Amino acid sequence: MQAPRRASLIIFLTAAPTLLVLAGLIGAWWSPAGDALQHQWRYLLPEATLNTVVLVVIVSAGSAILGTLLAALIALTEFPGRRFFSWALLLPLAMPGYVLAAVFAGSLDYASPLYTLIREQFGWQLASVRSLPGAALVLTLTLFPYVYLIAKVAFESAASRYTEAATLLGRTRLQATREILLPLATPAILAATALVAMETLADFGVVAALNVDTLTTTLYRAWYGMFSLVTAQQIAGFLVVIAVVLLMLEHRARSAVRFREYGGNAAHRQRLSAWQSAAALSFIGIILSSAFLWPTVHLISWAREHFATDIDSRYFGYLTRSLLLAGSGALVVVSVASVLAYARRSGPGVAGRLLAPVATSGYAIPGTVLAVGLYVPLTQTLPWLQGTLVILMIAYLARFLAVSHAPVSAGLARLPSAVDEAATLLGSSVGERLQRIHWPMLRGSVAAAFVLTFVDLMKELPITLLTRPFGFETLAVRVFELTAEGEWERAAVPSLVLVLVGLWPLKWLAGKMPHAS
Amino acid sequence: MFRSFRMFALCLAMLAASSLASPPTGAANQTVVVYSVRNEQLIKPLFDRFTAETGITVKFTTADAAVLIERLAAEGKNGQADLLMTVDAGELWNAANRGLLRPTRSKILEANVPATLRDPENRWVGLSQRARTVVYHPERVEARLLGTYEDLAKPEWRGRLCLRSSKKVYNQSLVAMMISAQGEAATETFVRGWVANLAAPPFANDNQVIEAIAAGQCDVGLVNTYYLGRMLQRTHSLPVKIHWATQRGDGTHMNISGAGITRHARNPLAAQKLLEWLSAGEAQQLFASSNMEYPVNPKVEIDPLVQSWGRYTPSRINIVESGRHQAAAVRVMDRAGWR
Repeated sequence: MQAPRRASLIIFLTAAPTLLVLAGLIGAWWSPAGDALQHQWRYLLPEATLNTVVLVVIVSAGSAILGTLLAALIALTEFPGRRFFSWALLLPLAMPGYVLAAVFAGSLDYASPLYTLIREQFGWQLASVRSLPGAALVLTLTLFPYVYLIAKVAFESAASRYTEAATLLGRTRLQATREILLPLATPAILAATALVAMETLADFGVVAALNVDTLTTTLYRAWYGMFSLVTAQQIAGFLVVIAVVLLMLEHRARSAVRFREYGGNAAHRQRLSAWQSAAALSFIGIILSSAFLWPTVHLISWAREHFATDIDSRYFGYLTRSLLLAGSGALVVVSVASVLAYARRSGPGVAGRLLAPVATSGYAIPGTVLAVGLYVPLTQTLPWLQGTLVILMIAYLARFLAVSHAPVSAGLARLPSAVDEAATLLGSSVGERLQRIHWPMLRGSVAAAFVLTFVDLMKELPITLLTRPFGFETLAVRVFELTAEGEWERAAVPSLVLVLVGLWPLKWLAGKMPHAS
Repeated sequence: MFRSFRMFALCLAMLAASSLASPPTGAANQTVVVYSVRNEQLIKPLFDRFTAETGITVKFTTADAAVLIERLAAEGKNGQADLLMTVDAGELWNAANRGLLRPTRSKILEANVPATLRDPENRWVGLSQRARTVVYHPERVEARLLGTYEDLAKPEWRGRLCLRSSKKVYNQSLVAMMISAQGEAATETFVRGWVANLAAPPFANDNQVIEAIAAGQCDVGLVNTYYLGRMLQRTHSLPVKIHWATQRGDGTHMNISGAGITRHARNPLAAQKLLEWLSAGEAQQLFASSNMEYPVNPKVEIDPLVQSWGRYTPSRINIVESGRHQAAAVRVMDRAGWR
């Protein structure tokens, strides 16, 4: 088989699970659904669509700016505590969005102790976090680390000679960063921002907790409230269309960035002055406290009275199963995503342009719709799959391929094909090339992909809930069980364990990342 | 060759003997598989007791109702589920309506569960009742001014009402029962009145409604009583009280948590046994009191705290109506702008 055709076939195979779900969503458009959709168009969808667009724009822009700024600060400058914050800034990843939203709703609303105090002391009426801006804030605080992590890898692997050359040409450090390093990191930032946008499109937990109507909540309303799965699938199809367009735009924008670079020594970090360091530290401090520290303290205060009664030997099981699922799932997803990224690189045909965005668009499909969309056809055709972890893994793949694909493909984009050509001319085998040239350069990206996917899988709920075998309870499932009837204080216990366990892979990642020192 | 044949025969004999040795009732190796919307912490202790008493094992998995119903439908004959357990009558109605549940005639269930809390076609039964009624701040509201659910639509409550989001099935069921009693048009007028009276955008859960009343953001709200019960267990001084609202010409809206045996159940008899066991005696009491709900079985005692909330007149309309009108209820709430 010719290389491009082989690449197309590989891309098709990696896209297969998502395509199966999409087939169902497309099929829904031809299914009779009564007038449920018309009703929704008349009363809900215009506002929900507007809210969704506004939310996606704000959260994407906010995460891109915040993530890039922080990544530049950590990767390009030196200040006291930099190494610690380099990984501490990943901590918000461990905090599930639905948990952060519940904490915010519990502490930034009329009835919260803080608002009550402010009202009584100063007579001020503060705006509630249960609003569109509130949802945008919570989502940005949970999602910016995607951009931060992926952009940091890009900045850190950027060669110092670019900055040195620029400095020799009389540019200041700031100019060099803006004119050279930023364009170099652009593919990575774009890829990460696309991830953020898709996650925002599919989010249900945050917007439901803050009661903001989006396409996702409208979709669940049709399904759960009006018993119309077909209408829900039609709306989900709409989300996928938005996602595919976003991904294609992202890919085009990325191809337009011509800069390619290869290895070399990382940039010397610029040492910040005392007041600059203070400013940097307080900026990082504010972000970290609102996205991680304060919510964690809040969870501890909720969990305090339940620790003694709730923590028992079962938690060992929850924890083991969470780690097992997230670990094996991340391994599967990262491997397939790497295969996809390579196939896309070697065969940039129609398949690469069209099918690859489709393969990764599962990240924009709300988890429950995706889970049902896979479970139904799979159990009907292959009933023996019921109760196995196979369906679970296929569904993880369909939903999270994008999370692994983004960092890996951004890493590959920095690898000029001339290197491969040179290596081939020198008679090196594919394996040798991968091992000796690609791996050292991609290691950071692959580690980033693994951690992002792992942490996402730890927090994942709808797919695990539907497809887990009997008695296969995880930490996220435990959180669901307790929150289903509003027992948030008790749910703080598994939430905390989830957050704390999420920390370890992050710490491990910090060790694996190519340090520029 | 001969030796291995003998070994094989011996193994077979041992296997046969071990299966003969099981109790003659045949109950020992029986398993009931439950798909449950009701949380693990509310069902597992009961299932464990059931197993201890009867020898029948219970396997279960939990998820949202809509998801479990799709799963049941997709698995069909290949499915393992014997019982579907939900926390809302509309969800059971939906499952029955899609042909996923089978009728079960049981004298025990008929005796233990009032007819209004059972499917008229016997495909599901209620196992506990959940009252959704008015709560108020005793210092800012005179109890005698409170009447029906519909009264909360009156202008005197402008800016004083707190509601949970209409996304929650509990509100959808309440409105569906109103539609069943007085039709869609009248119900919509009342729902519009509620929306006009809101003091704050709808909340994500009942706890927040209660907290908002306690903090003075609003004076009245609609919640399931067990949420208040749970909060009262922690803070005795909570300034929120229950008023037993009635619907015009009907009683208080009592939703159910209930279950039905699936169409393709592999073990329908054991599933029926579990249902019957849950509908009576200590199991029934525990089923309701572990979440501070009301038992369905009138012979069973109510939890003391729950009892302290006083007597109420339950709705006389069969709860099946809440499923029948749920989609219409969602449309009414959409039109009225209840988010």
